[in-house]
Amino acid sequence: MTGFILRRTLWTVLVMFVITLLVFVIFFKTPGIDPARSLAGRNPSPQVLAEIRHQFGLDRPFPVQYLVMMKKLFVTRDLVSYSNQGQQVFPEIVAAAPATLSLVFGAAVIWVVAAIGMGVAAAVLRGTIFDPLLMIIALIGISMPVFWLGEVANLITQSKLHGTPLFSWVPPLGYTPLTQNPVLWFEGLIIPWITLSVLYIGLYARVLRASLIEIGNEDYVRTARAKGLTEQRVLIRHTLRTSMITFVSLFGLDFGVLVGGGALLAEVVFGIHGVGYLTYQSLSNLDLPVIMATVVYGAFFIVLANTLIDVAYAWLDPQVRIS
Amino acid sequence: MGEPLLEVRDLHVTFHTEDGVVRAVNGVSFDVSEGETLGIVGESGSGKSVTMMSVMRLILDPNAQFTGEVIYKGRDLMKLSKRTIREVRGAEIAMIFQDPMTSLNPVYRVGWQIAEQIRAHEQVSAHAARVRAIELLASVGIPNPEQRVDDYPHQFSGGMRQRVMIALALSCSPSLLIADEPTTALDVTIQAQILRLIKKLREEFGSAIVLITHDMGVVADVADRVAVMYAGRLVEQGTKHEIFNDPQHPYTWGLLGSIARLDGPRPRRLATIPGTPPSLLSLPDGCAFAQRCACRFERCFTELPPLLSRDTLLSRDPMPNGHLDACHLTSAEKRAHRAASLAKERT
Repeated sequence: MTGFILRRTLWTVLVMFVITLLVFVIFFKTPGIDPARSLAGRNPSPQVLAEIRHQFGLDRPFPVQYLVMMKKLFVTRDLVSYSNQGQQVFPEIVAAAPATLSLVFGAAVIWVVAAIGMGVAAAVLRGTIFDPLLMIIALIGISMPVFWLGEVANLITQSKLHGTPLFSWVPPLGYTPLTQNPVLWFEGLIIPWITLSVLYIGLYARVLRASLIEIGNEDYVRTARAKGLTEQRVLIRHTLRTSMITFVSLFGLDFGVLVGGGALLAEVVFGIHGVGYLTYQSLSNLDLPVIMATVVYGAFFIVLANTLIDVAYAWLDPQVRIS
Repeated sequence: MGEPLLEVRDLHVTFHTEDGVVRAVNGVSFDVSEGETLGIVGESGSGKSVTMMSVMRLILDPNAQFTGEVIYKGRDLMKLSKRTIREVRGAEIAMIFQDPMTSLNPVYRVGWQIAEQIRAHEQVSAHAARVRAIELLASVGIPNPEQRVDDYPHQFSGGMRQRVMIALALSCSPSLLIADEPTTALDVTIQAQILRLIKKLREEFGSAIVLITHDMGVVADVADRVAVMYAGRLVEQGTKHEIFNDPQHPYTWGLLGSIARLDGPRPRRLATIPGTPPSLLSLPDGCAFAQRCACRFERCFTELPPLLSRDTLLSRDPMPNGHLDACHLTSAEKRAHRAASLAKERT
């Protein structure tokens, strides 16, 4: 197991290197693009351009340019946004990260619990009306785009029904740090959590149901029954346990993408100033340093999440550990 | 042979499918006595596995329907509550399945899987269950059981996994062991080892065994009595001696004819039974084997032959463990046909 984790970590470093190289090439080496001009934002003065050229080593060979950029991103962390009056990029992302993490972690808890409940219920109730009913609800959940659902939720909880006791507790849009006021943090995030998790609940419930039914037909589940185990134990220790392998690998991908900025739509709709929101703003301002930093940050989280998931996967499935 | 341990009476199993009603088992009755080994033989789809899976109530298909009685130690298993049947499964009646590669859960250590069964039926500590698991692995001939108890199924070969399955099945010393084609998925040399192991453990544990197989050679090796199934019905049953030396049903003749014998001259090619079994969706009114039978006459197509004791040369046993067969031919006619078919086989 230790060997596996070591191998996997080395692999992660390699993947990160390739990603940063790719990002660098896209932003700096796309033909017809002057990287200094892109970095400088709108209408830069010639002095600023010259300064950028010097600072980023754009007059020097390609490997040096790459190394300078990586140094600014990871070592000195002093990348500066020119379109935003020289604000440092790194602290901005660090400041935005807790909001994104709060949003995604909370939503992940809700979607994992709800999806397991729904998927198991549908699989157990197969043959009754509840199975197709649950799956239709899941499909509706998958079909509702988060920006639309979020706006509807806002319309209901912030204006239409805000006066009623049902939603009067919902605070105004925005994010309150956990350390500042835990109650407000929770109240402000509960609607965004549910909104963000709806899609994933539907998706995961359907995937889990299919996997439970498929594994329910496996020989070793029949063996488990022949052993005289209770149906409950057969379901939890044998069928669900093995289904978790699929579930977890899917979860790793989605979780990584969301933490890496994929929750952009939900953050914008609910006015949560997280990494996705930052990306959204920098995209509208053509603020290349921020875009680059968020892309690398996002990639880092996706790769990290995948590594963690692979380790979990090896823990779940002993056959993976060998190879 | 001792008292009947298991009495199956007029068991019917049907599956309602989109294409119609599949009549998988049609009125099967047989006994298994304590400590004896019954071989159930027949082609694929003859209802052997479905019969024994129904005995353990392991068929969960909501479209399946069961009628008949399965009396085990005086209780009708078909009428037991889910909770009570669970206490029978694994502890009283255990099962070994055909494919050892897929019958063990890949994510748990084999010792854990054996201990899980022990602890499902007995109030013992995790440590005691583990010690028992090691002993069981040793008794099925797994080398270094103290180490292998913590291995995962994929770290074992097919034959070793089947040994683990046997250890699992025997972990609560069941009175009845159902072995569903336990050697079919294995190499021939491993098959012989597993059969030898089953014979050895039969002595040690004293369990009765129902051995499901399509291999007459396996039956000849281990069974005390043999039941021959065709299209969901028993067509003949008797002691191994009776079935091999005085077979009554033309289908049994066909099965015996398809064995490669090592004694005597070798035929140019092995005999086969022409044709295929009838569809279980639309079984004929008469004998299901009539279409493929060389000895058929009009009555075979209109009237279902009952499973009866014949006036045979060797059997004097009373019902229902006597030598029974389901064929309209008279004993004299059978002797004539059999002599003719044997003569043909020799050429």
